[in-house]
Amino acid sequence: MKKQNPLQLTYNSTPLWFIAVLTLFSATLTIAETLEEKGYAIAARSDRSDTGFGDSSVKLSMVLRNAAGQETTRSLRINTLEKANEDVGDKSLVVFDSPRDIDGTALLSHAQILEPDNQWLYLPALKRIKRISSANKSGPFVGSEFAFEDFTSLELNKFSYKFLKEDTLDGLQVDVVERYPRYKNSGYTKQIAWIDQEIHQIRKVEFYDRRDSLLKTLILSDYQKYGENIWRAQKLQMTNHLTGKSTDLLYSDYEFQTGLNERDFIKSALNRIR
Amino acid sequence: MLKTYRILVLTTLLLSTSLKAESDLKGELGFETRWFPDDPADSRQFDGFQTSFHFEPEWSWENQSRSQQAKITLFGRVDNRDDERTHVDLRDMYWQWVNNQWEVLIGINRVFWGVAESRHLVNTINQIDQVESIDEESFLGQPMVNLSYESDFGRFSLYLMSGFRERTFPDVEGRFRTPIPVDPDQAFYASGLDQWHPETALRYTTVLGDWDIGAHIFHGIGREPTLSPNQDFSRLIPQYELITQAGLDLQYTREAWLWKLETLVRKGQGKTFFAMVGGFEYTLYQILNSNYDLGLLAEYLYDDRGGLGSTVTPFDNDLFLAFRLALNDINDTALLAGVFVDLNDGSGSLRIEAERRLNDFATIEIEAQGFHSDNSNSDLNAFKEDSYIGISLNFYY
Repeated sequence: MKKQNPLQLTYNSTPLWFIAVLTLFSATLTIAETLEEKGYAIAARSDRSDTGFGDSSVKLSMVLRNAAGQETTRSLRINTLEKANEDVGDKSLVVFDSPRDIDGTALLSHAQILEPDNQWLYLPALKRIKRISSANKSGPFVGSEFAFEDFTSLELNKFSYKFLKEDTLDGLQVDVVERYPRYKNSGYTKQIAWIDQEIHQIRKVEFYDRRDSLLKTLILSDYQKYGENIWRAQKLQMTNHLTGKSTDLLYSDYEFQTGLNERDFIKSALNRIR
Repeated sequence: MLKTYRILVLTTLLLSTSLKAESDLKGELGFETRWFPDDPADSRQFDGFQTSFHFEPEWSWENQSRSQQAKITLFGRVDNRDDERTHVDLRDMYWQWVNNQWEVLIGINRVFWGVAESRHLVNTINQIDQVESIDEESFLGQPMVNLSYESDFGRFSLYLMSGFRERTFPDVEGRFRTPIPVDPDQAFYASGLDQWHPETALRYTTVLGDWDIGAHIFHGIGREPTLSPNQDFSRLIPQYELITQAGLDLQYTREAWLWKLETLVRKGQGKTFFAMVGGFEYTLYQILNSNYDLGLLAEYLYDDRGGLGSTVTPFDNDLFLAFRLALNDINDTALLAGVFVDLNDGSGSLRIEAERRLNDFATIEIEAQGFHSDNSNSDLNAFKEDSYIGISLNFYY
């Protein structure tokens, strides 16, 4: 007996209008499902738009400003080793140059996605390397308005996402995406990110504290392109709405593929910090 | 002759071009005043104020490819009350070469081993610069050849040393000394030993997830001298012996907890003994909705040798409890307070340190230490009139 094509049978026995309704229905379903998916896709596109840099080194000047407008500046260097696998975190080394009393102090981080990061602090006076807890996500980073997590939790998969809307920001077409920390000890319930549709970079982030009220706003500007598609903001301005204090991060002298490798990010490499 | 000349020119050229790579000069200057409110235990010891000044310039260099480094660090202090505290030391003077997994370091260096806060028990390589502070956190530079290999399963570091450094001790008129003052000038070595006796140490360290693990073996001259009185009991004379030591240091880091353990077994100074320090550090972040972090520390210290005898250690059966308050402000204001309690006789000491940055180039520190002892046999009895309060200003350039 000749076997009947099941598809043929279905096709024949199903009225066309039913298929049309089904298609429509599934289309709506897809849209409903993708607020999260779309949010993730936008975030992923943004994240991936500047991947493939391999390694980078940059100088950073951090300007801390109190409510009265008084300023203090600290300078540091950051080396980063990119991990191509999104399920593995990048490695970074932060070395302080000023204030002078902490000159040579360094922080080595091996970021993980959902597990706590591994972090070591180098104290030059004793030449001591000390493994430290990375549970302190929400505390201020060196007295600034940036929390530890604002620096260390930039991995795509440290958050879940939800697409909110399309909007315009300073004349740019942007996607507005909410992101929710998936790692423990975050000081935020959510963040709202404005990502432009042209070069897919984050332009603005609002941080909502544990009571879900707006705590801080971050403005990222002066994007510059390095090589094929590596975009980096040269200026990050974080304003704390509760205290009126703000911190500017001014990046300069970005270098990519400088020849840094795994060996520059091992614990004992801290002993070679200058 | 020509050949030598050529080599000389070449070396100079190489050195001058590579010197262009990157060299850096920086340093520290400090002024310190301490006030001892109690009359000294021994009338020969100074009374009242002690003022000193210290300097620590550091020159470092790295070549373009970052495969070579060199560093020179000098330390000096001038003290108005304690002549032994007026001293200079070459803390570092080394050249280092790094090639993939291999590292070679030749020269004078300081090396830090261990994890504990109350006592740096397994920190073996460098001699303690005891006149600096009784917290045993200043060390003399040690000449060495250090060869390290970073394997996939941990780091192996071999130390070949010679040029032993004798421990510094306060002068007769100084504070923080044994009731019978030590005369470091009369220090001697056990038979068959001298300052140039070759020493070896092997260190292994690895990180396994939340665990930081270190182990070491040391064979050489014990950094801790045996102190024995001379014939008329006027001075204690340090004697240095050949020892073999094995030690282990562990830290387990999970959430806000750091669990720490250091242990060692040492042979060669009387009977073989065991010592340990272990405990935890737990941090409460952003207490009371502020930016303040409060760290709580507790460590237990044990030493087989007991508190009395020729090698006196005050850490024979003691508990260390401390807190560290970090304000996380722009000036990095921090307060540290800790007590040692001797579980044998109830004597104890309290130390408080408060530190704050004044500007980009200066910091101020206030420290105070108090001793309490009812028992004349207590390890701490020697220091019981040495409670003090001090203030120091440090400048960095």
